[in-house]
Amino acid sequence: MNQASKPLPVWIDIVVIPLINLMLALSVSIVIIYLIGANPFEAIKLMIQGAFGSSEGVGYTLYYATNFIFTGLAVAIAFHSMLFNIGGEGQAYIGGLGVAVVLLAFDHYLPAWMLVPMALMASMVFGAAWAAIPAYLQAYRGSHIVITTIMFNFIAANLMVYLLVNIFIEPGSMTPQSRPFLDNAWLPSMQAIFADIGIKISESPLNLSFIFALIASFFVWIYVWHTRWGYEMRSVGFSEQAASYAGIKTKRVVMITMLISGGLAGLVGINEIMGVQHKLMLDFVAGYGFTGIAVALMGRNHPVGIIMASILFGALFQGGAELAFDMPIISKEMVFVIQGLIILFSGALTYMSRPWIEKLFCVFYQTRNLREI
Amino acid sequence: MDFFSFNEILSIFSATIRISTPLIFAAMAGIFSERSGVVDIGLEGKLLAGAFASASVAAVTHSAWLGLGAAIVIGLILSLIHGFASITHKGDQVVSGVAINIIVSGLTVVLGMAWFHRSGQTPTLPNDARFMPINLYGVDTISNIPIIGDIYSKLLSGYNLLVYVSFAAVALTYWTLFKTRFGLRLRAVGENPKAVDTAGISVNLLRYKAVLIGGILTGIGGTYISIAQNASFIKDMSAGQGYIALAAMIFGKWKPIPAMFSCFLFGFLEALSMRLQGVSLPLIGEVPVQLIQASPYILTVILLAGFVGRAIAPKADGIPYIKER
Repeated sequence: MNQASKPLPVWIDIVVIPLINLMLALSVSIVIIYLIGANPFEAIKLMIQGAFGSSEGVGYTLYYATNFIFTGLAVAIAFHSMLFNIGGEGQAYIGGLGVAVVLLAFDHYLPAWMLVPMALMASMVFGAAWAAIPAYLQAYRGSHIVITTIMFNFIAANLMVYLLVNIFIEPGSMTPQSRPFLDNAWLPSMQAIFADIGIKISESPLNLSFIFALIASFFVWIYVWHTRWGYEMRSVGFSEQAASYAGIKTKRVVMITMLISGGLAGLVGINEIMGVQHKLMLDFVAGYGFTGIAVALMGRNHPVGIIMASILFGALFQGGAELAFDMPIISKEMVFVIQGLIILFSGALTYMSRPWIEKLFCVFYQTRNLREI
Repeated sequence: MDFFSFNEILSIFSATIRISTPLIFAAMAGIFSERSGVVDIGLEGKLLAGAFASASVAAVTHSAWLGLGAAIVIGLILSLIHGFASITHKGDQVVSGVAINIIVSGLTVVLGMAWFHRSGQTPTLPNDARFMPINLYGVDTISNIPIIGDIYSKLLSGYNLLVYVSFAAVALTYWTLFKTRFGLRLRAVGENPKAVDTAGISVNLLRYKAVLIGGILTGIGGTYISIAQNASFIKDMSAGQGYIALAAMIFGKWKPIPAMFSCFLFGFLEALSMRLQGVSLPLIGEVPVQLIQASPYILTVILLAGFVGRAIAPKADGIPYIKER
C-alpha cells in the first residue's frame, strides 16, 4: 500500500490507525443519525443493549458473526495474494446450493454424523467451483478478477432463481423454496449443545457453525503464515514478478488461493442452510459476502482481527435490527450505511490520518527524548 | 400469439431504448472515469443516489428540473468522495466504489424513512413533476402513413426528454474524448500518467474532472430511473443496472459508440426476457427468463476471457498515480 514515509511503531499501524478509522466511520454515522432527528447516543445504547444485553442478543450477534468470519476469511485470503474477490456473495449462494443438494439427496438415508462432513465438503466444493472460473480467467487469460467475480454474483443469482423456481420448488407450493430437510440434516443449535451439558441459554439461530468458523480461522492462520503454500501465496501478493523469478508457479498459486477463498465463502451455506433455514431458499446470503470485505479490511486480513471485526459487525447487524424496532425512525438499513463508511475509511482512506499521526508521534517522541537528556 | 408481427417488433425495440437509457448514461460515466485511469465500481450507487435525490426533491418541490439538479449535485458529491479516496489519497479504487454502493443502498432507505415515513419509498409523483413522453414534430400527421408512420410514432417519437439526452450524451462523449484537447489528455492520463505529468499537466486535476463528469452523467441516469421511467423512488430500484452498464462499457471496449450498442444489446435482452416470460417459442420451447437476464454478464465474461475478441482496459486503469519527488 502506502510507502511509509516515516517508520512508526507497529502498534500504531495495526491498532491505532484502524481504531481511528473506525472512530471516523462511527462519527459520520452519528452525524447522520443526528441529522435524521434521532438521539445518536440513545441509539448507540439501544444497539449495544440489543447486541449484548441478553443471551438471545448475544446468540444472534454470534450467528451473524459466523457468516462474516467465513466471508471475511474468504476476502482476506485472496487479499494476501493481491486478489480482490468481490464474488463472496455468489460463492456463498452456490455453496448453499451444494449443502442443499447433499441434504435433499441423502437426508432420508444417512445419519447426522455422516451428513455433516458431506455437507461441509459440498459447501466448500461448490463455493470453490464458483470461484474457479474467475480464478482461471485471471490466472491464464488475464481478465480482471474484480469484474469477473461481480459478473459471477449476478450469474449465480439468476441461476439460483431458475433452479428454485423450476427444480427445487416443493411440489404444489407457490414460494420458490425447497422442501424442509428432515431433522437429522439439521446442524445442532448452540442452545441444544449447551442444554446437553446442562447450561440453559435462550433460543437463537446460533449453531455449531460458529465452532466451524473458529476452526476455519485457525486453519487459515496456519495456512497463510506457517506453510510453504502460504508463503508462496504471500510472495505472489508482494510481487508477482519476484515470486515468479523465485520459481513460484504464480498461476497455480492464484488458482489455489481463489479455490480456498471460494470454499470459505461457500461455508456460509452451512450456517444458513443447514444451521438456520433448513431448506434452500432465495437470497439467503443477504449481502454477507459484501460485509466480508468490510470485515477483512477492518481485521487487517488476519484471522484474529477478522474474528473481532466479525463480532463487531454481528453486533451492528443484531443491534441495528433491535434499534429499528425500538426507534422506528431509524430503519435497519442504517447498518449498511455504517458498514459502507467503515469500508470507505478503513479500506480506501486507510492512511488518511497517517501524516497527522506521524507529526504527533514525532512531537511526543522528541519531547520525551528531550526530557531524558 | 403473433410474436413476430411488425407492431410486436416495434414495441420490443422501443422498450429496448427505454431500458437502455440509464445504462447509456452510466456507461458513458464509466468511460470518462476509466479512460482517465480511475476504476468506477460505484456507478450502481451513483445511479441509485441520483434516483433517490431526484425523486425526493421532485416530491417536495413538484419540479422535475429541480429533481434533476439535485441528482446531479449528489452525483458530483459522490464522485468527489470517490476522487478524494482514490485520487488524492491513492486508496484502492475498487474498495472505494464498493463502499459508495453500500453506503448509498443503506442511506437512501434510511433517509426515505426519515423524510417520508415510508420504508424505502418516496411519494408517488404527479405527472407534471416528472419527465413525460414528448411527441416529436408532426407525429399526428406522419403516423397515418403505413410503416414509416408507425416507425416514426412508435420507435422515434414518444420518449421522454432524457432518452434523447442520452443519445446526445453519447455524441458528446465521443466528441469530447476524441476531438478535443481535453479528451486527448484524458485518454493519455489513463494510459501513461507519467508522460502527461512530464508535459506539465496535473494528473490529479484531469482525473478529478473525468470523475466529476461521470457524476453528472450518473445523476441524469438516476433521474431517468426514478422520475421518468417510474413515478417514485423504490428501495434498490437501480437493481444492478450500474453493473450492467459496467459490463456494457467493457463489452464496448471502453469506446463510447460500441458501448452504446452494448447497452442496446443488453437492453434488448432485458426487453426480450420480459416479453418472453411464459411464452413458448416454436422449435426452442420455453426459454428460461433467468438465462436471458444473466446473458449480459455471461457475454461480458466470455469477452473478457479473450476467446472472442479482446477487451483491453486503459493501461493505467485502477492504478493510483504517485508523483515522484
